[in-house]
Amino acid sequence: MLDLTYETPKPKVIAGAKHDWELVIGLEVHAQVSSNAKLFSGASTQFGAEPNSNVAFVDSAMPGMLPVINEYCVAQAVRTGLGLKAEIHLKSAFDRKNYFYPDLPQGYQISQLYEPIVGEGEILVDMGPGVARLVRIERIHLEQDAGKSVHDMDPNMSFVDLNRTGVALMEIVSRPDIRGPEEAAAYVTKMRQILRYLGTCDGNMQNGNLRADVNVSICRPGQYEKYMETQDFSHLGTRCEIKNMNSMRFIQAAIEYEARRQIAIVEGGGEVSQETRLYDPDKNETRSMRSKEEAHDYRYFPCPDLLPLEIEQEWVDDIGKGLPELPDEKKARFINDYGVTEYDASVLTAEVYLANYFEASVGKGDGKKTANWVINEVLGRANKAETAPQDLVAPEANAAILAMVASDEISTKIAKEVLEIHIETKDDPAKIVEDKGLKQVTDTGAIEAALDEIIAANPAQVEKAKQNPKLAGWFVGQVMKATGGKANPKAVNQLVAQKLNG
Amino acid sequence: MSIDESTAAKVAKLARIKVEEEALPALAQEFNAVLGFIEQLNEVDVEGVEPMVSVTPMRLKRRVDVVTDGDQQDKILSNAPDAREGFFAVPKVVE
Repeated sequence: MLDLTYETPKPKVIAGAKHDWELVIGLEVHAQVSSNAKLFSGASTQFGAEPNSNVAFVDSAMPGMLPVINEYCVAQAVRTGLGLKAEIHLKSAFDRKNYFYPDLPQGYQISQLYEPIVGEGEILVDMGPGVARLVRIERIHLEQDAGKSVHDMDPNMSFVDLNRTGVALMEIVSRPDIRGPEEAAAYVTKMRQILRYLGTCDGNMQNGNLRADVNVSICRPGQYEKYMETQDFSHLGTRCEIKNMNSMRFIQAAIEYEARRQIAIVEGGGEVSQETRLYDPDKNETRSMRSKEEAHDYRYFPCPDLLPLEIEQEWVDDIGKGLPELPDEKKARFINDYGVTEYDASVLTAEVYLANYFEASVGKGDGKKTANWVINEVLGRANKAETAPQDLVAPEANAAILAMVASDEISTKIAKEVLEIHIETKDDPAKIVEDKGLKQVTDTGAIEAALDEIIAANPAQVEKAKQNPKLAGWFVGQVMKATGGKANPKAVNQLVAQKLNG
Repeated sequence: MSIDESTAAKVAKLARIKVEEEALPALAQEFNAVLGFIEQLNEVDVEGVEPMVSVTPMRLKRRVDVVTDGDQQDKILSNAPDAREGFFAVPKVVE
């Protein structure tokens, strides 16, 4: 299976005024479950609907309404757990997390504090070819999302839309195993990739369907190793939690800022106080959410409206059987079966559709050459045109073009020309080559004739080339020019060498 | 465990229930009475006994992932003290 070996990346070190400092980071990723209906009601999860149109009375917390769990959301959480090689708890339970906010009509969020559905797992965070960190997952629990407050429509009022209220969320909690801002972003990237492969969350960060709370603390070099040995948090610094971030760039900037803020406090003789902070991208700083502090007394207790959630091992096994090939496995297979580099395999497996596109393009051809072609020619053009590769050129067309290159029918240079024409006309590649007369001239007779003419017309060049064999390239170029680039370069080289030496 | 007046005031605030200053001693006393009863329950030895969550053996009821509800903006907003343009309108809450 997975036989990739990797080195662990070095932790990020920030030089303070007095000492060097390292970062210790843990993430809570909130991933909205891909489902049709909400976690406990039959209202739609559709994004962008009219405000308050996707709301059942359960969601608006009308008295007497009772939650009924959506089994598909449970399956999605199990699927995610299996994808992160995690322990699935056959018995879990729901608790109420109590706080008041206008976009939470119940006055509590139904969550899973004491008995989450998924326990310990792991995720391999890629930091570049041959470098990766294995980050431990602590737990995944199911919970309700809150509604949305709009603050900029009126100077004195906030407007509340409950469409998102009650949509299922998975909170995926990591151990504090992440050691720098880049690693944190890479962790979210990898998590997003796995969730998208699994189809359990669409990963749309812009819509807030994937967002992260980041816990940051600082420690002196060597302290983290002591923590890892003992799992005793007293070796680490006090952490602050930066809430609700939905951009890779901001996650990195916020961690960087927060680490420097904590270093300045500690080196100045102060103490970091454990608190919730908010990142302000306009000012590039984090600031305390003091108003949240008191609300943090959540007074959790088991939700009396819901029996414990009991699932069967057989059901879990069935979900496991339906799991797709995941990024790490796919990447390893591409490297082994197609001989592509680790870097190219990473590019091609970033999204399932791209991996499928690549494999369809290989057809019966060469994997490595197809990888180069797809990455350099197709993806380059698709990015430029801001379109998906499959909308630009069908994988079968790639396979057809590359097959013609492999059989020496056309040169690589002509192949690019055929691609351009195909993108414009959508004509069959073989037909393009036929119609435009782009077939490579392998007929040595024709090449010889062209070469003879050039030699006859340039006696001075011939003399020079005989003295200095490096000048033979000029003749090759002239023949290519005379044949419109269609002459087989290998055949031309051979003939030029023969004639000039003969 | 004993609840003093300031704890009673804090619990009331967390629950967003207004309690007048002079009502706090009585409230604290009520809390203490409840907690006293729970302490009494604590004396029962429940070592190795699974917590009972229901008096009848029942499996958590499930629903299938189908949209069966919603599309009732007017009803959802009908009890709102203030609603504008399809939203609930509430006093400004911003960090």
